[in-house]
Amino acid sequence: MGEFKVHRVRFFDYMPSGIRALAFNRDTERMAVARMDGSVEIFHCSDRFFQEKIIPGREQCGIEGLSWVGERLFSAGLNGGITEYDLTNQKVKYTIDAYGGPIWTITGNQQGTHLAVGCEDGTVKLFEVNEDKIQFERNLDRQKSRIVSLSWHPSGSKIAAGMMDMIQIFNVETGHSIHRMLADRGVGTSRSKECVVWSVVYLSDGTIVSGDSVGMVKLWDDQTGTLIKSHNVTKCDVLALSVSQNEDSLVAGTSEGTVVQFQFVSMVLGKDDNEWVRTRTFKNHTHDIRAVAEITTAVVSGGMDAQLVVKPLLDKIEVRSAASALRKIHFPHRRLVFCARKSGLMLFQYPGHLELWRLGESEGKGIPGSSLFVKRNPEKLLHLKVKGEDHIRCSAVSPCGEWIVYSTASSLRLYRLHCDNNNVSITKISKLPKVLSSANQLCFSSDSSHLFSASTQSSVHIVSLSQSGCKFVGTLKPKSGSHQAIHLLAASEDGEWLASANSDHEVHIYNLQTRKAHCTVPVYSSAVTAMGIHATTNCLFMMYADQQMCEYSIEQKQYTDWSRTVQRKGLHRLWMERDTPCLNVMFNPQNPSHVILHDTYMLCIIDQSLPLPDDKTQFYNQLTLKSLTEEQRKSHSHAFKVCKTFKDILCVELISDQSLVVVERPLEDVATQLPAPIKQKKFAT
Amino acid sequence: MVEQSEVRVVRCGGSKINLRPPIISTDSRFVLCASGDSVKVYSTRTEEWLHSLQGHTNQVTGITLNPANHLQVYSCSADGTVKLWDFIDGILIKTFIIGYPLFAIYVSEKHDGIVFLHIAMDTDSKNECFQLVAVHLPKSAEQEVEAKELSAVSSRISPNPSCTAFGREGQYIAFARHLQLNVYFFRKQKTYSFSLKATDKKGAKNAFTCIACHPADDCIATGHEDGKIRLWRNFIHTKEYTYSTQHWHHNAVNTVCFTPEGTNLLSGGIESVLVQWQYGAGNRKEFLPRLGGSILHVSTSSDGQLFCTSHSDNKITVIESSFKVCGVIQGLVKGDAVLTDLMIDPRSKALVLNGKPGHLQFYSLLRDKHLYNLDIVQQEYIYEAGLDQFEVVKAAFDIKGYWLATVEERGQKSSDLEFSLKLWAYDERTQSFVLNTTITAAHTDRIMSMCFSSSEETTMLVTTAEDGQFKAWCQGADADTQQDQNFWSCDFVGSYHNLKPTNCSFSADSSLLAVSFQEVITIWSPDTWELLTTLCQPPGVVRDLCFGQLSCSKYLIATTTRNLLCCWNLLTCALEWSTSVEVSKLQPDPLSENVAAFSYQSKHTDLFVFKPNEPRPLFTHKNVCSEKMHRAVFVPREEPLNNCDESSQWLNRSQLYFLTQNMDLLTFSTATEEDRMLSSSKRLVIDDSVAVTPFYLLLGKHRQQQQKLNTPSHPAADKPQQPQGSVTITELLHTPAHVLPAASVLCSMFVSSLLISNTGVRQDPLREMESSEQEMNSEKEEEHSEEEMEACDSQQELRAQGSVDEVTPKLSKAQERELKRVRKTDFSWMAGLIDSKP
Repeated sequence: MGEFKVHRVRFFDYMPSGIRALAFNRDTERMAVARMDGSVEIFHCSDRFFQEKIIPGREQCGIEGLSWVGERLFSAGLNGGITEYDLTNQKVKYTIDAYGGPIWTITGNQQGTHLAVGCEDGTVKLFEVNEDKIQFERNLDRQKSRIVSLSWHPSGSKIAAGMMDMIQIFNVETGHSIHRMLADRGVGTSRSKECVVWSVVYLSDGTIVSGDSVGMVKLWDDQTGTLIKSHNVTKCDVLALSVSQNEDSLVAGTSEGTVVQFQFVSMVLGKDDNEWVRTRTFKNHTHDIRAVAEITTAVVSGGMDAQLVVKPLLDKIEVRSAASALRKIHFPHRRLVFCARKSGLMLFQYPGHLELWRLGESEGKGIPGSSLFVKRNPEKLLHLKVKGEDHIRCSAVSPCGEWIVYSTASSLRLYRLHCDNNNVSITKISKLPKVLSSANQLCFSSDSSHLFSASTQSSVHIVSLSQSGCKFVGTLKPKSGSHQAIHLLAASEDGEWLASANSDHEVHIYNLQTRKAHCTVPVYSSAVTAMGIHATTNCLFMMYADQQMCEYSIEQKQYTDWSRTVQRKGLHRLWMERDTPCLNVMFNPQNPSHVILHDTYMLCIIDQSLPLPDDKTQFYNQLTLKSLTEEQRKSHSHAFKVCKTFKDILCVELISDQSLVVVERPLEDVATQLPAPIKQKKFAT
Repeated sequence: MVEQSEVRVVRCGGSKINLRPPIISTDSRFVLCASGDSVKVYSTRTEEWLHSLQGHTNQVTGITLNPANHLQVYSCSADGTVKLWDFIDGILIKTFIIGYPLFAIYVSEKHDGIVFLHIAMDTDSKNECFQLVAVHLPKSAEQEVEAKELSAVSSRISPNPSCTAFGREGQYIAFARHLQLNVYFFRKQKTYSFSLKATDKKGAKNAFTCIACHPADDCIATGHEDGKIRLWRNFIHTKEYTYSTQHWHHNAVNTVCFTPEGTNLLSGGIESVLVQWQYGAGNRKEFLPRLGGSILHVSTSSDGQLFCTSHSDNKITVIESSFKVCGVIQGLVKGDAVLTDLMIDPRSKALVLNGKPGHLQFYSLLRDKHLYNLDIVQQEYIYEAGLDQFEVVKAAFDIKGYWLATVEERGQKSSDLEFSLKLWAYDERTQSFVLNTTITAAHTDRIMSMCFSSSEETTMLVTTAEDGQFKAWCQGADADTQQDQNFWSCDFVGSYHNLKPTNCSFSADSSLLAVSFQEVITIWSPDTWELLTTLCQPPGVVRDLCFGQLSCSKYLIATTTRNLLCCWNLLTCALEWSTSVEVSKLQPDPLSENVAAFSYQSKHTDLFVFKPNEPRPLFTHKNVCSEKMHRAVFVPREEPLNNCDESSQWLNRSQLYFLTQNMDLLTFSTATEEDRMLSSSKRLVIDDSVAVTPFYLLLGKHRQQQQKLNTPSHPAADKPQQPQGSVTITELLHTPAHVLPAASVLCSMFVSSLLISNTGVRQDPLREMESSEQEMNSEKEEEHSEEEMEACDSQQELRAQGSVDEVTPKLSKAQERELKRVRKTDFSWMAGLIDSKP
């Protein structure tokens, strides 16, 4: 496997932001997730919940609701505006003000014609969805208290609104309230506190389900406006509700961190007298669950503890596989840490600022597994705040450590770093070419002479960097004419090739000498999560979200023999069952046959010269190998060497002095920085 | 008949009443429970044992009400029969012979004439493989029918009978074993199976422990080892089935039960808290805590007004639906181990042994009733595993029952042993034992055995301990103590060559004390404390030691660990005889010469009864039980039997009870005894169950009073008066209302009937005199007469027909007072009424 000196970095204080809203699009199988910091992420549900797109947020932009209308995504927030997103370019398309004060909820009807928003001033505003914009249509009858939650009847003719202490049913045609249903306040001291109906769901049979701050899930009849049944789910709030598509299952998220499932089951078998019965309880969160969504085969929930939990519903799954396992997504599927390989600098990307650190130094050598004495502590060189309100979309540091670049939705800034001994200063490069107004992805060439900036329509701009400044060199455009944004760039070590991957799962390879498209890797059904070009063979090594791997020879424009062998023999079951995507591909210059990969839980070195394991061989065989003799070891070893010493890995990078940098962000540390959860009585305490 | 003379091992008295769920009769008046070889019927209101349904010849393993007739009950037993009873009158209606040992019975309303039974798989009964079979009960007029139509329902049945339950309208049966729940639909003849994982990530133990089906909905409630309760629904789909989980119990759920309407679910476990879950309302629940031992079963009456829980401390609690305990039926408490010997309280003839932790219990075997607990340790017992707390380990009564000596100790496992010897005196006034002396350091090491001297004049206690000494304790011998208080103090300390004494025993006349020191038996004179002689029969340490009784009191019998039973003649100080037999327990009968010896050999226990004067056993019973025998006691009979058969003659004066390692209390019964019991049970068809109406209270009280007055009096003298009153009352009670004369007419009749007792007494001035004299009598007399009263109540009829020359009975104080009161009352106003009588 080889021995490395490892810099175990734990000073990246990345805090994932809490999840505020979820919206599931059944047609495209995409899950939109809105976070507290205003960012919106798109997950591909059938591609192992790969985070395809990230739209960074802005300061002071709290999103309260998300809604899909067709393939268009809208959000509304407490700043009173409704925002539509440009999903191809991963940015905000436009924001219009609803003029009703802060907006608490937004929901589109099933027909895709209208959006309804619930405002602080007690109005439900209807917006008509046009080709390219939305248009205010009218207000429904104004109420006295704020509208906290809304739900359309599937027919689109009625709308239920959850408010303070009550639920109103509106006729959309007339705009008048049909029924007014009072939700009970709690007993005792909480009687003086008003009951917030946090969530309502309007079912097609006329049942309205409400979840409120008293902890009740109540079922109402919309014909008579009466309560049918109420379930006490929790002592605190029921914050979110979601119903399955065929309306036989309902999930409720509570502030205790539990998801409670209700099912519409027949009380007497064989008869048709179904009733809503509380069935299962899932507890995967430590904090408030702010949003739940029941998708076809799973329940997705997210909350204050910033993790997205996908709990599969085993009764809806035909074949159990790795794709249908419980999944907890803590960290973004993008790189947030960049490493200047030659100078030992680390760039950490936070939503609102960048930090540049110099790695520490250690003394001498130690035996494998021991920790070395740190001679020089790591040092924070730079804290770079973003100008403006937008959050950082992408950033990069050049391998030599001289250049830092970042981009927000609106601007791109390039800095030059001067580092003489302990004196660090940066200068902003002022005159940037016009094409560098914004970038989806940034990358430096290995000799730090060029900057590649991914732009709209999958094009890549090349800018040459020099002491004096930067100069636009040219633009690389794919032949396919895809409009999707590029999320990965990889430049070859010799500066000859550049590979780009976009959200259409296309991987284009450009020749940097001729600045022309060289070839396109055959499109695979799953998204590319990481790729790298081998320094000596110039093969492009790609990792996919479904844990498959491919090696593509750029020169021969075809998959390599090794890659074909992998495809033919298939990968080991345990490899396929991992639930986080590989986030980086590196090559060991000492041993060209070694490919280094990592995901959140492990570090893996693939030795391409060794045989591949089949399902019968022991996959994690490190300990077994240790106990064997030299000769036996050969017959037992296989290509995959997995190291699980490190946990919660954000980034692994190989730097030029043959040492590895492993950036960890322990989940316990994240948990300690979260606000205290609701206190719950635990048995025997 | 050959069977006539047979002596049988039976469970009779002190048996477990918590083996199977108790059932409440449809009218909520009776609680029925399986107890040993019989089914016991208790009253729910008074908690009194009314009668028992006897007829099974082995452990009764299941009872259930006949769904076709709510006055009948089915019972099944390990003897392979199902019996149908009329439980109100205690009449056996029918016996169905199945032929296999049965372990549980289930019935369903929809399956008419079919009972479902648990039987062991005949292939390997050791593997605890059970199957559920449906048995069609043939309809025939005969008393005993053989049921041959067996059809297996399933072979994957848990040995725990609470893991099987019938579903809504008997359409399906749900049964669970280990981690699998199976639901069998009778109509479709299809089984649906659902399994749980052995453990989930949090280390939960998911094995099923009990099951119940909702009466109206298709919902199955299951209890689990980790304390969870799951409610299963939609179980006709193998995939879309669903369950909800509720968790309150912190340890295994022993029982779940739906109320008849299905509005509530009751559950109980080791916490001894009855939990009531509101069905369909998630977490809403009510608790009834501190019920005693852990809850084993819960059952409800058919109207849902009463619940019954049975507990691990052999107790049935009757609970109203408002969650109020309204009755406790206590059986013989059997903890994990009985450390004391089984003893008989000479005064109450009750069985005495360890009961609740730190207590001695007094249990009347005759009436099969728990009498009371005596707190010996007098410290709060903390219910926590692993704590080392004081336990009563030894107890002994003196011959008259005035003194009780107890030894409690703690720290058996650790090195620092703490123990104390306590002496209790019987207090006449409070009718219980009162602590007299506590000796904290009686010996320097553990007390091995103790016994009271059997002489009537002076009571003396001898203790032997591991410190190599035996001590004699006497009352008031110490001069330092005050004169009026008689404390116990040490009289003599004896030892023998520094050997450890193990057993001690007084001879029948208390003139000799035998103390065994390992292999040597020393004989001492308690008067002079002189070592008279030593007896030794090596090899083997003496295990048990006893003197012969009555005519055989010159013999000393001892058993050794090397399988030797020796008998010495103390007159010659020579070994009379010895035989090689491994005896685990030697028990002399205090009322006869007989000695019972239990021997454990090749995995079963044999019993030998012999007389010390001849080495030939009087009676042998092979294979009494398969476990090792542990404790035994001879219980004197109320009235001796007159068996002339040689083999059962030894049981004439007293009854031998013994306790096995499984804590089963067994006894021997003879055929004549059973016959007698059967005949008496027929006679028992009295109207015990008449509802307590105000009218009954009035009349019944009067009648009781009358009986009290009548029974002690001379039957011939009473006869003329008695019928008049009872005729009036029976006339009142049994004539239909519409043919009764006017109330005014009845009233005079009724009042005149009231007067009779009064006049009856007046007619007998001689007795009056007698009774006023009796007033001066001591309290002791009174309690005797009270005891007599109880006996008299039941035997009244017998006596009425009995011989004329019965002793003239005496009246108690209370009755006397009553009489006086009656006499003083002015009845002149009644004269007119009597005159106007038509």
